[in-house]
Formats: sequence, C-alpha cells, structure tokens
Amino acid sequence: MMKLELRGITKRFGSVVANDGIDLLVEAGEVHCLLGENGAGKSTLMNLLYGMLSPDSGEILIDDRPVHLDSPASAMAAGIGMVHQHFTLVPPLTVAENIVLGDEHGGRLGWLDRARAKREVADLVERFGLEVPAASTIESLPVGIRQRVEILKALRRDARLLILDEPTAVLTPHEADRLFDVVRQLRADGRSIVFISHRLAEVRAISDRITVIRHGRVVGEADPVTTEVELASMMVGRTVDLAVEKPPLIEQAGTALDLEGVSLLGEGGEPRLADVNLTLRTGEILGVAGVQGNGQAELVDILLGAEHPTSGTIRLGGEEMQGCSRREMLAAEVGYVPEDRHAEGLIDGFSIAENLILDQYRAKRFSSAGRLRFDEIEGNADELMSKFDIRAPSRDTNCDTLSGGNAQKVVLARELSRELRLLVAVEPTRGLDIGSSAFVYKQIVDARSRGTAVVLVSSDLDEIFSLADRIVVLYRGRVTGTATPSTDRDQVGLMMAGAAA
Amino acid sequence: MTALALVLAFAIGAVIIAVSNEVVLEAWGNFGNEPLRAVEASFEAVGEAYGALFEGALFDPGAASVTEFFAPISETAVAATPLIASGLAVTLAFRSGLFNIGGEGQAILGAAASAYVGFHFGLPPVIHLFAALLAATLAGAAWGFVPGYLKVRTGAHEVITTIMLNYVAGLLVVYLLTMKAFERVGRSAGISPLVAGNARLPELFGGGLRVNAGLILVLCLAWVVWWLLFRTTLGYGLRAVGQNRKAARSGGIDVGATVIGAMSISGALAGLAGACTMLGTDFALSSETAAGLGFAGISVALLGRATVKGTVAAGFLFGALQAGSIQMQAATGTSADLVTVIEALIVLTIAAPLLMARVFRLRAGDAGVSTTSGGWSA
Amino acid sequence: MNAISASATGNMGETRRAPFALIVAGILLAVVLGLTGEPSKSAKFAISPVDSNINLGSISLPVGVVGLICGALTVALGAYALTLLPRRMPPWILRTAFGLIAVAFLVWAAAGNSLNLSSLAEASVVGALPLLLGALAGVLCERSGVINIAIEGQFLFGAFAASVAASALGLWVGLVAGSVAGGLIGAILAYLAVRYAADQVIVGFVLNLLALGLTSFLFTQVIVPNQEAFGSPPTFSPIDIPVLSELPIVGPALFDQNVILYIAIAILVATQLMLSRSRWGLRTRAVGESPEAAQSAGIDVLRLRTRNVIAGGLIAGLAGVFLTIGSVGAFTPNISSGKGFIALAVLIFGRWSPGGSLLAALLFGFAEAVESALSVVGSPIPPELLQMFPYLVTLVVVAGLVGRARPPAADGKPFIP
Repeated sequence: MMKLELRGITKRFGSVVANDGIDLLVEAGEVHCLLGENGAGKSTLMNLLYGMLSPDSGEILIDDRPVHLDSPASAMAAGIGMVHQHFTLVPPLTVAENIVLGDEHGGRLGWLDRARAKREVADLVERFGLEVPAASTIESLPVGIRQRVEILKALRRDARLLILDEPTAVLTPHEADRLFDVVRQLRADGRSIVFISHRLAEVRAISDRITVIRHGRVVGEADPVTTEVELASMMVGRTVDLAVEKPPLIEQAGTALDLEGVSLLGEGGEPRLADVNLTLRTGEILGVAGVQGNGQAELVDILLGAEHPTSGTIRLGGEEMQGCSRREMLAAEVGYVPEDRHAEGLIDGFSIAENLILDQYRAKRFSSAGRLRFDEIEGNADELMSKFDIRAPSRDTNCDTLSGGNAQKVVLARELSRELRLLVAVEPTRGLDIGSSAFVYKQIVDARSRGTAVVLVSSDLDEIFSLADRIVVLYRGRVTGTATPSTDRDQVGLMMAGAAA
Repeated sequence: MTALALVLAFAIGAVIIAVSNEVVLEAWGNFGNEPLRAVEASFEAVGEAYGALFEGALFDPGAASVTEFFAPISETAVAATPLIASGLAVTLAFRSGLFNIGGEGQAILGAAASAYVGFHFGLPPVIHLFAALLAATLAGAAWGFVPGYLKVRTGAHEVITTIMLNYVAGLLVVYLLTMKAFERVGRSAGISPLVAGNARLPELFGGGLRVNAGLILVLCLAWVVWWLLFRTTLGYGLRAVGQNRKAARSGGIDVGATVIGAMSISGALAGLAGACTMLGTDFALSSETAAGLGFAGISVALLGRATVKGTVAAGFLFGALQAGSIQMQAATGTSADLVTVIEALIVLTIAAPLLMARVFRLRAGDAGVSTTSGGWSA
Repeated sequence: MNAISASATGNMGETRRAPFALIVAGILLAVVLGLTGEPSKSAKFAISPVDSNINLGSISLPVGVVGLICGALTVALGAYALTLLPRRMPPWILRTAFGLIAVAFLVWAAAGNSLNLSSLAEASVVGALPLLLGALAGVLCERSGVINIAIEGQFLFGAFAASVAASALGLWVGLVAGSVAGGLIGAILAYLAVRYAADQVIVGFVLNLLALGLTSFLFTQVIVPNQEAFGSPPTFSPIDIPVLSELPIVGPALFDQNVILYIAIAILVATQLMLSRSRWGLRTRAVGESPEAAQSAGIDVLRLRTRNVIAGGLIAGLAGVFLTIGSVGAFTPNISSGKGFIALAVLIFGRWSPGGSLLAALLFGFAEAVESALSVVGSPIPPELLQMFPYLVTLVVVAGLVGRARPPAADGKPFIP
C-alpha cells in the first residue's frame, strides 16, 4: 500500500513553465486519472515522478516521507513503476530478458541465471493473469502484448504505484478493455494507479478520482460522475464545441482519387497493404481510422509516390499514377501534412521563408535558371505569414524555434497555398492545443470547400468523426469496413480490432 | 572560444616539445641542483621552436630583402591554397549531411590526372592549364561519385567506403608510376615527368615568391561554393537533404541524386586541391603526392565549423602552421609532425563538441534521437 | 546504414539478382580458368610445416580442372538459390561460393609455383590477429551503441607505448602499457562522444589524427636519438606446444605462436559467451539497441557505454602491442597502416558478433597472406593491385553485396539521459 503526494512541484524548460506548483494526492489503492490536453504538462510531471527529470522546486512524498528521485532506478526502489506511452522495451531481446533487464539475477561472475528468469516470468504470469510468451522476442509481438510485458516489468520490481502514460493510444478498443480489467485487478490487489489520458470517455470509465491539469497547473478535481462536457471544459478552459461547421458536400462531384486493388508487399514478401479499394470525390474528406501500424503509413506513402504499389492502380482525376515519383505527385497537385512536423514537414535549420518553398523551390516563381529569386521568396513568406497568422519574429526565423501550432501553420500555409486536387493529412492536430487544432480544422474544411479531396489519417476517433464525410477502417493492411460519422462508434471500434463490418 | 582552444593547443604542444627535448629533460634531471636552469631550458626549447614556427609562417624579422621579408607569408599562402580547396570539399559534404573522409584519395587522383595532362600533352598556354584542372576535377568527382552511388544504392556508409577508396587510390598511383606512360626518362621508377610550363599555375609576383594563381583559384572556389549553397536551387536541395532527409524527400527532392551529386562535387573540389599542389608546387607525381591533404581538409572544415568563411580562415591558419613547421624542423630539429598534433588538439577542443550542436543536430534527429529528450509533455 | 532510396522493389530486385550473379560468376570462372589461358599448368601445395619431421608431401592442382570444378559448384549453388526464391539467399551459400572462387583464384595465381599451406595458414592467423582484436574492440563499443572509428589510433598508440615501455622496462610492462595506451584513447572518445554527446565519427577521426601526429613526433624526437634505450625492444617469443605444433596446416598457425594470440582467443571466447549469457552482455545489448528502454530499466547508459568504450580501447591497444613487440619489435611511424580501418570492416562483415569477426578476420588475414606469398613466388598480378584486394573486399562487404547485416539500432547515436 502506498500513498503518494506531490507538493508545489514546479519544472521549467528555459522560459517555459511545464509544471507550475502542482499539488497531487494519490491514495493507496485508487485509480487516479490525470486528465489534460496534449502539452498540458502531464508527461513532464510523470517524468519527474519517475526520476527522469528533477523538479526545480517542490516535494514528492511517499507515505508522508519526502523522497528524492533522481533516476528511474531510485523511483523503482521507492516502489514506483511506469509504463511509457512509447514502450521502453528492447525489440530484439526476449520477453524474459526484457522483464529482468536492469535487475537480473546473476550467478557468480555475473552470469545470468536464465532458468530463474524463466521461472520468475512464469510466476508473474500466473499471479497477475497476464499471459505473455516468455521466449519470444518483443519485435515479434503485437502492441497489446508488449504493453503487458511493460506492466509485468514494473510489477516484478514490486511497483506499488503504477504510472500508465496514455496507455490506450496504441490499443484497439478491445485491447483497451482488457487493459481496464487489468487495472481494476491491480487496484483490487491494493496498488495505486496513475492513469494519464486526454480521452474523456475512458477517464470516466476507469478512474476513482480525476485531477485536471491545464498549462502546467492543476485546474480542478473531479469524480467519475462528472459529465464529459464538464470535463472537457475544465481541460480546455472554456466551453468548447467539438463539432466542426461543414458546408454540405458538392453535389455530383467528380471522382478525385480512385484506388483499385492496391497491394504492397514488404521486403520479406509479407503483405503490408492488401487489395485496397477506395474512391474519393472532389470536395470530400475521407477519414482513415485504425490503430497505428495497420497500413496507414504505407497507404500514405503510396498516395505520395514515396512507395510504388506491387499491384493495383491509382487514378488521380482519371489519370493513372501508380509509377509516379514523389516529385510527379507534387506536380499532380497532391499536398501533404505529415504526422511529425519536425521530422518530415519542416527543415528545422531553415528559415520560415525557406521552408515555405520546400516543395516549390524549383518552380518558375521562385527560381530562374537554377538561381533562387529572393524577392519572390520573401514576398511569398510575408504574404503567407499574415494569411495563416504565423507568429514569429521574422520570416528569417529558424523553424526549430517555433511553437507546435506555428510550425504546423507553416506546413499548412505551404501545402494549401497552391492548387490542390488531393490533400493527405496525417494526425494533423497531434500535439496542438485546442485553439491551433480549431485553426487546422478550419483550414482543412476550407480546402474541402474549394474542391480539394482530403485523405485524413488519424488515430483519434473524435477527429475523424468531426471532420470526415466518410470513414474507412484499416486493419492489417486491409480495409475492414466503411462507415459514416453517424455510424455507432463501437461499430468502428470493432472494425479497428479486425471484425468484418 | 576559438582563441582559447588555440592557446590550449599551443600550450599542450609546448609541453610536448619540452618533454621530448633532450636538453630540457637533462636539465630537469638536474632539477635538485639547478631548478631555474630546468625551467629556463624548457622555455628556451619551446621558445626556439615556436619562434621558428612564427618566422616560417609570417615574417622573418631578420629579413635582408623584400623578397625574404615576404617569403614566409608567400609560403603560408602556398600551403593554404590546397588546404582551402580540400576544406571546401569537406564543408560542402558536411552541409549535405555527408562526411567525406575520401578527400585523400580524391585529391591524389586529382593530382595524378592533372599531372598526366600536364606532362603528356603539349597545349597552348591557358588552355593547357585549364585542361589539367579539368582533368583533376573529373578524376576527383569520379572518386567522389563512387561512395555516393554506393551509399544511395546499397546503404554502404560513406565513412567506410571513402576510407577504403583512399587506400585504393594510393595504390593505384603507385601502380601507375610503374607504367610506361608515367616513366620519366633517365629516372628509375617512382616519379613522373615534369608538368609542362604551360600547365603550371603561374606565380603571382615571381622573384622567388612561390605564391601562385592557385590562391586566386581557391578563393574563387570559396565564393562559388558559397553562391552554390545559398543562392541556387541546387544548393537549396543540398542543404535541405543535409538538414533533414525525410522532409526533403517529402518536398519532392530526389535525395539519392542529391547525395550522389554532393559527393561528386565534393570529390571535384578535393581533386582541384590535388591539382593545386601538382600544378602549383610539386610538378611531378610521386607516391607522396597530396598525401595527408584530404585529412587536413577535414580538420580545416571542422575548425571552420562547416562554413565557407570559416573554412577559408582555418585554411590560412593551418597553412601558416604547415609553412612554419618546415622552418621549425629545419632550424630547431623539432619534428614537423608537431603541427599535426596541434591541429588535432585544436579541432578536438573546439570543433568536435560544437559541431555536434550545430551541423549534426539535425542529422542526429534524422536518425531518431531527440536532443531535447526527457522534457516536455507528450 | 539503410539504403537511402530503399524501396520494396529495389530490395526484391537484389534478392533476385544474387543467385543470377552467382551463376554468371561460376560460368566466368569455369571459362576463364578452365578453358582459356594455361589450364594444364599446376599449382603445388605442400601440406606439412616447413620444419616438421612428418612430411605429408604435397598436392598438385591443375588450374583447368580446379577452375571447372569450382565454377560448376558455384553455378550449382546459384541454381539452388534460385529454387529458394522469393526467400532471401541464405548466407552460407555466398560464403561457400566465395570460398570456391578464392580457391580457384589461388590455384590460378600460384600456377607453376609451389606454396606451403602450413606457412600460408600461419601467415593468415598472424595477419588476422590484429584485425580480430580491433574488431572485438569494435564489438564492445558498437554493441553498446558507440561507433569507434579510432581503432586505428588505438593501434598506433598501443604499438608505440608497447615498444617504448618494453625497451625500457621489459616485455610484460610493454604489454600492459600498450593496452593502457589504447584504453586512454578510448577514454577520450568516451568522454567526448559519450559524456559530451559529440559526433562519434568526428571525434574518432580526430583522435586518429592526434595519435598519428603524436606517435610520429615522439618517434622522431625520442626514439630516433635514443635507439638503444627506446628503439630496440625485445619481442615475445613463440610458445611451441610440442606435437600439436607439428600438425599439418594448423600446427604452426595455432600452436607455435606468442602469448598475444592466446590472450586474443581468450578475449574472443569471453566476449562471445558474455554477450549472450552474462548480465553485462544483456545490458550491453539493451543499451545498444534501445538506450531509452535500458535507462528506464534503471541502467546507467552513459556509464555502461563509457566502460565498454574504454574496455574496447584496452583490447585495441593489445593489437598495437602485437604490431610491435608481438612481431617486428621496433615502432615505426604509421606502423598500423590502416589495419584499424580494416578491423572496422571486419566488424561489419562479422555482423557485430565476436564469432563472425573471427571468420571475417581470418578471411582478410588469408587474403593478405596469399598476397605476400604470391609476391614472393611471383604471380601474374602486379603487387599493388594485389595489395588493393583487402580494401576492395571491404568495399564489396560494406556495400552489402555479401549479405548485409543490421547494426545495433542505436549504433552511432549519442544518448542524452
């Protein structure tokens, strides 16, 4: 049994205050949800708790005694275990090796006692009813099982308080339900759970108590009977309307994109996309739902010309495009808002002005005879910065200093400033605050109104349901079902888990 | 920061001179009896060595004529000329996210090609020189193309392939020198005929000062490299690929072609560095030609922090050190290898840690490492 | 080290190309050696050690016959690989084909002459030893995620320190000094590249430059003027294991060598076993694959990397020891002449494993031995081109033409805790 208390925890990164005087009390044997938007400071707080960061001020108390957590090792010693949002497992090692890593039972001379490790894993499996194959390597297992390994790893260290950081983000609804069972069982066992999430429904379903944080501060406490609307308004600070205003679809619109029997084989001949058929009309938003890693990335690569399908045809406005390069796809007016702006959308060391011409720098407007035309480049930057409300000291500011919202605006400004037949947007609001998200939504809907067809790939069902005109679900590289925003969400959830529609 | 590193490197160099000097060691052995003598001997040894280094690099206070007065500076410029070209080669590759350790082989082959054109053909003035330079450019570019192509097609890391190609180039030149076409009449094998006068880089002032048109050439090259990188679409592509391959690819840039292009241009610059030594000072090919030039170029680029201006400045600094080291060895018997040590120390103390922060941060990011790890909420 | 333009089709193409390449190579081999040139000439290979009491005589192999047989077998291997498509060709096929081509080449190059196989084997082992030690040093570093390009510098530093210390203070002091000198470079690398998170390749490169400059400088300043005191070190003498050393082929190679070979074998066995079965090995693999995961399991990533890099330096220093007091004795500037870089290639060819490194090192050692044996008896190929062989093989290897391996996932990436 363990009681955890945080008193006045503050953590700054440079001039940004990530956690500002946070007080939190987690009683023994309760599931305590930490609810907050992306960027509210939840993960920073948990990294402080797990000894990966040190607070600038404030105290952490366990069972009323102050503790000093300066490394994950000391956090584990204090009885705190953590399941990260991005698993901290070593893919080529086996389940057993991963579970014992860092606290191995060694014989003389540091030899591993492998038989004992195996026994221990078997014991854990039995004790907590979490089935895992001890001898398999992590990379051969599905995410749901990997998460169980993470939980077992923490339990083996006798974690009396378990932090689950956005644990459902990578799970199918079914896997998430299994996880909730596990959480309840652990609570029954007397352990405390800190459950971090920004998904209102699941927070209400699982928690005993809810603490809401916003902009690094605790803004309120709630109990699970609080309505979703109330929780949402606490989380974002104002009453928000989650619905997006969309004009009706263009009547009798032509076919913008047509995928017929598109398949893609991986290096070892395994299917990554199998017989995908899609049609998209001009001015229509197609939501692609699914748990990460079920073929979304491959679909996007194929639409962008980064990969060529092993078989099947892609037609863009009637023209066959399956052999086209990325550059040819760009010329065919395909725009792209990538999942990770800083990895794929922007060149951090380049200025805003330079980034705004990334896909068009060879166009006549910005260059002549191989020389860049700076007057045009700068004019373009000024125009787009005011049109898209990009807030930065100047057009020469490097993009690595921009906030998430402004960085995303640079990407959108670039992609939407030219004629587009097709826009491929992947997780367009990940990591953005509500205000920036609303801006992004508006831009996407405006593009739709101008007749651009949009493929929206998102793991956030809320986003899909509020933006899409039609929804397809990908599972293991196949389209397992289609839906509309009026379809029951549970139905879509089942499809995400592989059930045929 | 740079100044501090220089002082530190020279200080360590001084210690190395002192501890490796017979007289100094003897004096320290006798420290109990004559403590001051030991200190004095140390300072004397270091002072003499660095004094000669300075005289050889900048100016000789005891110069008897104008020529003698300017000779050291001329020698510094002569040494700096190929270093700057070789440094530019590395800088351009760095900017494109590539580490070209192959300047060595590219320069050797550039020198060999310019030598061959220089001694084998009889062409009119100017044309002959340009033909020889062109040959060097092409040879270097070809030797840079190979690792670029291998990287793009097979994923072979350019660091390993360029190192191997350096050895191959060196052995190739040794092999060429055994062939009839490279034989010098009346000499045993191992050295080629002399480059014709028309193909040589003309001296700028004459009168015994060796500084030649190569200096003008490399300063023009520096400007061209800057213009290319920052004023053209080609340079935009190179820098984009260097900073973030994934984003560049999303922007429609052909990353493979850009990498091959960058390695080829880098190789061409290194080849020209080889030509500068061949057509400016050496005039004949031997197994020693251009040895160490490519590696020195890496130090120059690192000290110049992969900027064009910095590379030029670092080229002059290392040129001065090399010119001075010859005088130092001649006058005081202190081995010229000391300069390599000092150069390495300078680069190690400043450039290596800093570069990580600047040029390579995005490359690291490209490979999936976040430099601001830990913090920030998801 | 993934291909930049990796596309599914490209990789599929490579998979399909390899068997055809083998078939073409086999046909070429058979035609060129078996039918043209001088197929009737023979190469003689003596089997017993030169000074052995047992004489097993020698075998004589005609170029043409060997060429035809090896060529036919290579074609057969290629055909077999074709039947396995679309699966990737298993590595043993290429290795066997490589061996066949090497045998045929050797017979052709030695035609009309006589080579002693025991001497060839011994020269291979001697050539392989520093490469193996260098690669093992690389295994320790890279399996924990640090690229060590400074192996060459560690060789030089080790060689220099061993030579000087052995001259002044005796052989065993020399051995320790050489190893420690290599460890010192490892410590600098660890400090800058692990603690400081500087670019590993750049730091390694500059350390090579430093080692080359410093050892050359000290050679001129200290060893040359004091030849007697520092320039003529003793050398380890071979330990002749009775009977075993007279075995044909492997006798002199394995049982009449000095202590460094046996130390190297011990290190080889130890690293191979410990990597897979010890606590240290598990942690090293975890840190090299996913430092984030290792850290969250409570492992001090930087400390483990630092220790591994220094330990690697100690091993690489030992290779330096072998280059001087383990063989020729006196130090000369740039005595390692690029062996440290070849060791890097051995490491990659050996797929970052100790056992694989052993095989790769022997291959390179064998290539070097053949080259020097042929340059003595005279061969149809100019010596410079023969000397290029290991470098060209390395190029072929890193280009993945002989089965590419996956490096540890976090190799070369600085970790900031």
